[in-house]
This record gives sequence, structure tokens and C-alpha cells, in this order.
Amino acid sequence: MSFVFSNENLQTIESLKKRYPKPQALALPLLWMAHYQEGYISLDAIDAIALASMLPPMEVYRVATFYTMFHLAPIGKYHLQVCKTLSCKLCGKEDILTSIQELLKIEVGQTTPDNLFTLSQVECLGSCGTSPVVQINDTYYENLTPQSIVEIIKGLK
Amino acid sequence: MIEDVKLISKKFAIENAHTLEVAQKHGAYTSIDKLFSLKPQEITQMVSDSGLRGKGGGGASAGEKWKLMPLGEDKPSFLVVNCDESEPGTFKDRAIITKDPHLLIEGIIATCYAIQAHHAYIYIRGEYKPFQDILQGAIDEAYEAGYLGENIFNKDYKLDITIHRGAGAYICGEKSALLESLEGKRGHPRLKPHQKECEWYFGNPTLVNNVETIASVPYILQNGSDAYRQYGTPQSPGTLLFALSGHVNRRGVYEAQFGIKMIDYINHYGGGIRGGKKLKAVIPGGASTTILTANEVMEARLDYESMRAMGSSLGTGGMIVMDEDTNMVEALKNLLEFYRHESCGQCTPCRDGSGWVDTIIGNLLKGKASMSDLEKTLAIANTMDGKTICVFAPALADVIRGFVTKFRSEFEAYIRKSKR
Ligand SMILES: Cc1cc2nc3c(=O)[nH]c(=O)nc-3n(C[C@H](O)[C@H](O)[C@H](O)COP(=O)(O)O)c2cc1C
Ligand code: SF4
Ligand code: FES
Repeated sequence: MSFVFSNENLQTIESLKKRYPKPQALALPLLWMAHYQEGYISLDAIDAIALASMLPPMEVYRVATFYTMFHLAPIGKYHLQVCKTLSCKLCGKEDILTSIQELLKIEVGQTTPDNLFTLSQVECLGSCGTSPVVQINDTYYENLTPQSIVEIIKGLK
Repeated sequence: MIEDVKLISKKFAIENAHTLEVAQKHGAYTSIDKLFSLKPQEITQMVSDSGLRGKGGGGASAGEKWKLMPLGEDKPSFLVVNCDESEPGTFKDRAIITKDPHLLIEGIIATCYAIQAHHAYIYIRGEYKPFQDILQGAIDEAYEAGYLGENIFNKDYKLDITIHRGAGAYICGEKSALLESLEGKRGHPRLKPHQKECEWYFGNPTLVNNVETIASVPYILQNGSDAYRQYGTPQSPGTLLFALSGHVNRRGVYEAQFGIKMIDYINHYGGGIRGGKKLKAVIPGGASTTILTANEVMEARLDYESMRAMGSSLGTGGMIVMDEDTNMVEALKNLLEFYRHESCGQCTPCRDGSGWVDTIIGNLLKGKASMSDLEKTLAIANTMDGKTICVFAPALADVIRGFVTKFRSEFEAYIRKSKR
């Protein structure tokens, strides 16, 4: 199935073009648009982005694979991103991870069979002062306890 | 005793200070009148005289950097504000853009006028989407009020601000990688020129400054460079949004003047070590700065020169505090995983070296390493110095050497156990 940007996105693209010296600069903004439109970056989306930003498709692919936040395949509806870096480690991120794994019965990198939750570990989220932290899709959940993260996940179900 | 100084964080505790109405009630945009009564060069000189230093980690003189920007050329100039904030232990720029985004916008207006730029980009890390939305809300309000767009403040000056969202790559905080990313490419740092020059965005002269650096400009503009120099030390004037994380009672971002004692800061703002434990070590300014032992912390002062003299650096001022129970081998392993993951992969000593050291220390934790492995670790660190495109690798080398030499007995204890 081929990918086309929604009409709303097409309008945004036109106004964005005026904000950059060259259309190539649109690579990241367009990847984000496709990401929100489809939930991941398909190869068809890469072609559409290449066309709009006047970049070769391979270059867009190179860019898409460099940045860790883009997924090249669909993932669960909720992406649980547990911060694993030092300040979170010192403040108990391991217990948060264990708590999630026990609740959802999945390992890091896996998705629940109902496709609701994908579990990842990520590097410092800039919440070291309010750690441990889990980012679920775009939302930050901070100052977590092994109990509170369970309540949060149950609330999403 | 520590005297509270709030040049940047003045509005942090005020409710809804992120909205234009509240921000303006508390003095936002008052420096703009003065701005347009001065020549661009006068603003730059004022910033230079204030001694303002870049707050993204390097501490370069802001004014001197602004002077590298050509004025009156045919090519357009750009300001790029670095809000990539991915250095572990650092979360101060987030405080500015969520609690007082109009301070940043005011600083951007002043800076752009000084370098005669008509477009500023704010490069923000992808994860910060919720905070980006708050900042965008403030920018939208500023456009509506006529503070951005055509003829800002009814003056003959045009200025646009565009937020550009990254997508998860620590290295994009490095200024040349950031510009590559802003050009739509992979975030690969560029080779550095031999002489001092400005940065280039699509071949156009460009200034890159950290969020907090730009947010410091309105105070200087409003009060003059001498007022700024009243705080801090002669070489490190003013204040920094230092931050505390790890094993302290009150974690958070607290502004303080340069030059105060690190231990006083930790006790005053952080309320000491959690659970009445003893202090073991502090990473002073984001993960990429050399770790300090408890004894060193007692001596340390929070300014660029003092930290250099101790063999570490002030970095971003984000302190990661560790208590007596912290396992230093595990702590280093944690950071090595970070660097291995975040190396952009252009330079062999960095790409391969970060992986090797991570593997060796991983083996050591599993009881599968010998004394020669520890020496190998240090030898690999030495291959990273001065041989790479950016300072990611030399910083990693310092991290490794700091942990292994200052806490060597803990590493050796693992090795001795594995022999048995
Ligand atoms: C690996 C690496 C990561 C960096 N990350 C950041 C960052 O997240 N934010 C930042 O402002 N500066 C970062 N810097 C420093 C920038 O390269 C640059 O010096 C800074 O943005 C300049 O602004 P300043 O002079 O106002 O500090 C980083 C540098 C390196 C080598
Ligand atoms: S030192 Fe590392 S991060 Fe920097 S350019 Fe080389 S490989 Fe990339
Ligand atoms: S270490 Fe987890 S948010 Fe910084």
C-alpha cells in the first residue's frame, strides 16, 4: 500500500518549506509527520519523504535509521521507555523494570501478544532529578515506584 | 552560608510564568526597549564584557563567539539554540523552556539582533515533545503579540523562531552534528577548522549557543555587564543552573553563583546525602566529566578554573551524587553502555573502543577478567585522546580513567574473586 501525506500534513509541509533555506532540512520534520500518521516509518513513507525533501530515498533511509526514536516496523500501541542511565539506576530503575516485566510478562524489546505494549530501555531522558522515569509514547511519568508504574499501565489498558 | 541568587530562575516558582501574561507581569521583555536603542556591536561588546560563558558544557566566552559572526554580508545569518540536553545528569534547559520560555525568547530576540539574524532555530531533543509543546505555545503567543514575525515591537526588524525536533541521538548536542542534523542529515560531527570561525548552516554564518546561555542575555542587557560580574569569580562570572541527582535528599535544579564550594551546594540545596549515608563520589558536570572522590568533593569549587585544576571539568553543572553503597564497577558499566550506544561511529577509536571497554568491564562483572584486562582498558582509553573528530571519545577516555584509577581496588576485587 502506498503512502500519501494527509491533506493537513501537506499544508504543514508547504508552510514548513518557507522556514528553511533548503528542502533537505525537512527530512526530520517529515519523518516525524509520517511517524505520527502511520505509527512507524514504512518504506513507502521514505519514498514520499524523499520526494518532498528532494533527497534520494536511500539518504532518507540512512537518516531514519540513525535516530533511535523512529521505528521501521509497527510496534505496540503504548511504547514503554524505561530510562536506564546512571541517575535512574542510582534511584531504583531496576525495580521499575522488574515490576513492568512481571505485570506484562515480556522482556525488553518485546511486545505483548495483544499489541498493546512494547517495552524498551532508553538512555537518559533528562529527568534525572525526578527519576526513576518511564516515557510512555510522548508522556513522561516521573518519581515512579514499582507500585505506581503498575497503576499507570493498568490505567492505560 | 549560601546566598540565593536568581538571575535565570527568578520566575521558576511563579505559577503559570510560561504564559505571556504572567511572564510580563514579572518583567518579561523589558530589556527590549534598551535593545533597539543600542547598535548590534554594542550588545555584543556588553555580553563580551560581562564575561558570560557558554553553559552547554564547554564554557567558551559567548561574546567572543558572537564576534566571529560577520555583520553586513549578503548571506543570511542564523542563530541556532541548542536544546538537545542529553548529557546524563543534566536537566536545566528543560526547566527554562517549561517554567520561563519567554525568557529564552527574549534572549533569542536580543542575540539575533546582535548578530543581525532574522531566523533562529531551537534544536530540541525528540523526547522533550511535551516540553516542546509548552515552548511552542509561548512562541505562538509572542507571534500574536507582535514580538516575533515582521516588524517586531513595531521596529523595522523581522524575526522568526522555528523549533526543530531531533529524534533520539545524544551526539546531536555536539554543535556541528546538530547542524548536520538540522540540514536533514545523520548527526555526524564535522571536522573542525584550524582557525576560530563561526559555524555554518547550509554554508551560511551561524551561531550555536546553549539555551541557558541565551536565557542569560536579558539580565545582562537590562542590568549591564558589571551587574553580572558582581556574581561568581573573575574568570567564571555570573551564575549557573546547577543540578543535583542521585543520592541526595532534595534533587533538582538550583541556580547558584560560580565559585561556591561543591559540598556546600550539595548540603544547602540537596539537603545532604539520602538516608544519612556517607558520600562516596560525585560526577560533577554531566556524565562526561571526570568523577571526584569524596575527599576531592570537600575541596572542589564550582567554577571552570577550579574544576580544571582538579583534573575534571565543570561541564553542564549537573552533579550525580553517589553514596557509600554505590558499586563503582556497575556505575562505570552503566555509563559505558551509554557511550557505546551513542557513539556516532565515524571514528574507529571511538566506535570500536567504546564497545571493547564495555565488553571488558562486562566480563569483569561476570568474573571473567584478569589484571591485564584492566591495563588493556586504560590502554584503549589512551587511544581515544586527540585522534577523533569530536571530543566525545576523549571525554569517554577521561570517564574510564577516572573510575579505574580512583576506584581501582573495587575493580581489582572483582578480578581477585574471579581467580578463585
Ligand atoms: C558529545 C557532545 C554533546 C554535547 N551536547 C550538548 C547539549 O546537549 N547541549 C548543549 O547546549 N551543548 C552540548 N554540547 C556542546 C556544544 O557542542 C556547543 O559547544 C554548545 O552548544 C555551544 O553553546 P554554548 O557556548 O552556549 O555552551 C555537546 C558537545 C559534545 C562534544
Ligand atoms: S569521536 Fe565518536 S562521536 Fe565523535 S565523531 Fe568520532 S565516532 Fe562520532
Ligand atoms: S538518568 Fe534517567 S533521566 Fe537522566
